Amino acid sequence: MRTITYRDALREAIREEMQRDERVFIMGEDIAGYGGTYAVSKGLFEEFGEKRVRDTPLAEEVITGAAIGAALGGLRPILELMTINFSLLASDQIVNSAAKFHYMFGGQPQIPLVIRMPGGGGAQRGAQHSQMLESWFAHIPGLKVVMPATPYDAKGMLKSAVRDPNPVLFIEHELLYNVKGEVPDEGVDYTVPLDRGEVRREGQHVTIITFSRMVHVTLQAAEDLAKEGIQAEVIDLRSVRPIDIDLILDSVKKTNRVVIAEEGWKYYGTGQGIAALIYEYAFDYMDAPVQHVTSADVPMPYSKVLERAALPNNSDIVKAVKSIVPPLLVHS
Amino acid sequence: MKTVEMPKMGDTMEEGKILHWLKHEGDPVKKGESLAEVETDKVNIEIEAFASGVLRKILVPEGDSAPVGAGIALIGAPDEPLPEGLAGNGLAKATVSPPVDLAKAEKTQAAPAQKPGGLLREETGPAYLQGTPQQVAVQPAPPTKDEERIFISPIARRLAEEHQLDYSSIRGTGPNGRIIKMDVEAALAQMQAVPAAPVAPAAPAPVEVPELAPVPIETGEVIELPLTAMRRTIAKRLGQSWQAAPHFYVTNVIDTGKLADLRRQINEYAEKDPAPVKVSFNDLIIKAVALALVRMPQVNVSFAGDRILQKKQVHVGMAVALEQGLIVPIIHDADRRGVLDIARESHRLAEAARAGKLRADDLSGGTFTVSNLGMFDVDSFTAVINPPESAILAVGSITPTPVVVDGQVVVRDRMKMTLSSDHRAIDGATAARFLQEVKRLLEEPFGLIL
Repeated sequence: MRTITYRDALREAIREEMQRDERVFIMGEDIAGYGGTYAVSKGLFEEFGEKRVRDTPLAEEVITGAAIGAALGGLRPILELMTINFSLLASDQIVNSAAKFHYMFGGQPQIPLVIRMPGGGGAQRGAQHSQMLESWFAHIPGLKVVMPATPYDAKGMLKSAVRDPNPVLFIEHELLYNVKGEVPDEGVDYTVPLDRGEVRREGQHVTIITFSRMVHVTLQAAEDLAKEGIQAEVIDLRSVRPIDIDLILDSVKKTNRVVIAEEGWKYYGTGQGIAALIYEYAFDYMDAPVQHVTSADVPMPYSKVLERAALPNNSDIVKAVKSIVPPLLVHS
Repeated sequence: MKTVEMPKMGDTMEEGKILHWLKHEGDPVKKGESLAEVETDKVNIEIEAFASGVLRKILVPEGDSAPVGAGIALIGAPDEPLPEGLAGNGLAKATVSPPVDLAKAEKTQAAPAQKPGGLLREETGPAYLQGTPQQVAVQPAPPTKDEERIFISPIARRLAEEHQLDYSSIRGTGPNGRIIKMDVEAALAQMQAVPAAPVAPAAPAPVEVPELAPVPIETGEVIELPLTAMRRTIAKRLGQSWQAAPHFYVTNVIDTGKLADLRRQINEYAEKDPAPVKVSFNDLIIKAVALALVRMPQVNVSFAGDRILQKKQVHVGMAVALEQGLIVPIIHDADRRGVLDIARESHRLAEAARAGKLRADDLSGGTFTVSNLGMFDVDSFTAVINPPESAILAVGSITPTPVVVDGQVVVRDRMKMTLSSDHRAIDGATAARFLQEVKRLLEEPFGLIL
């Protein structure tokens, strides 16, 4: 095992998959000579050449349609959209074509397409470029939506996504690219499934369900809670669709209390969907209402101070946990 | 004003006892919401509102029983007048419920039907948020405030009910005084700490207790064990069956060699199924019985005094032994289900039976029962017919047995089955032919999966 960044882990996954299967290629805006806006594809143009590392125009609907066409034609494209905010321009292609063709045409066409894109805020990108829109796509049958939080999962899940015969939206986060973690040596072929969450920390007092960048914030909050005797179980969903509901329910049945921590907005989002599933399948195990930690219900402010205030943080999670974990329980 | 009637939840149900009202008079109810928990002769079940409105009047108080079809509550609009002489539906004890709380009814009437939608809003927010000035003038203070409502978390409530603990006296320590799991656990611990109190054995109680063992009472030489609802039902129905139905028995022996081979092959396949499942011998026997019943509908009958009712559908019951008695959940349309489907359903039913979570549907409509004591090393036995059915199959263990094949004594697996039949409806030759058909299906078992 070595310690590398999330960015390097992604690049290794792409390189290894391109070496393994010549049908795999990458396309996107400024990904060739420039190496990608977040430098994920740096060096790949030199290694694989312009046929397999293709720069595209700034036209998300067009390039997503082209990637779907390439997938229909037998290739395995990895499309990089500069951010998830621009996927809105391509949403017709994603929702009405990529998610539907296999279903509508008798299972004959397959669309082995991966769309990589960072979501979320925290880097002063302003209201239009700081959104966490995974729930828009997680709503759609026919799509897989994964959001790994660690370099290990980023590499293993990107490989699984490339090998999956269906469209996979692979959502990264600008603030995750420099996060470091242990990853097996280069060339060691491992994959991480696209439908399994992971318990990052065990505990008996409360279950905190989270994903993407918020996993790291939550683990820090869990450390702080442990100092006060509250043992939180932290579930990293890794994938929001399909969702590993069994993992959630097993934990809820153990702790009877749930906090959901996510960077998206509160209303009609991923967390509310999860809360509804919990009420539907584990109502009789609940000892307190589900608590929900989210971004403030406003467009993301540009001001650094206001942006920090709008994003959910460590102390929001600690506060939510304490509102449902009775102090007596901890000391008994 | 609509009358909520005691529903019929199963063929044998004659009356139901109200364990708890989950709604109180004056509470708004929505169609499909649970109104009350009812104990029938076999299960406890929640009954749902069939209409939306306000629960205006409870006609049968907690702890009382009402016959099937009797009115137990009234649902109506908040301002609808209550009918004269509330209990007009052939009620027995229902009229003892307290008179209508007029003050409360008026309060309900004045309350708005719904909270304003949109933003989350404090109930006691500024008046201008709650309507026009005219409306505000007639609006009483916090409209949904209800002193009788006990706030208790779902798991705390379940825990209390499992231990038959009256939670109304527990002080809740959660937010808003909510009773939480910890409070119930503390109350239970306190109860167990009281010396000489006749509580369940000291061993750690299982989490899932469908029905608590009744509290034994020691008097002189004996210990009296009061009957549970389930034990009462078993005693009543099987006593009736034994007295009314002249039982006779036909036994045969099955060569289970091919059946075991087939089961092994099915299970090799079934464990790799996307939803893996294990098929038991009993599942295959249920399938065989179901097919035999289709071919011989004269066994799929009920004796009804002056006529015989031949059932068009084949619903096979499987006897499940529980700590506190016996229950027979039903595999509906067993003839039309594949073997894997039967295995999944029997597994689900056995689990639900042990957890005390069978639904009324799971218990109703049986036309034939299979009782299998094979796991207890039983050579053979006879079973009492489960009314209103007319026959029951008692299955013994599969035993290695010396038999003669081509002049040689060899060891083969054998299983004895005894069919009990009600001679009022079924004759000896019919029973024998039915059993012969079951034997044929089990000895040439491909028919079970074709």
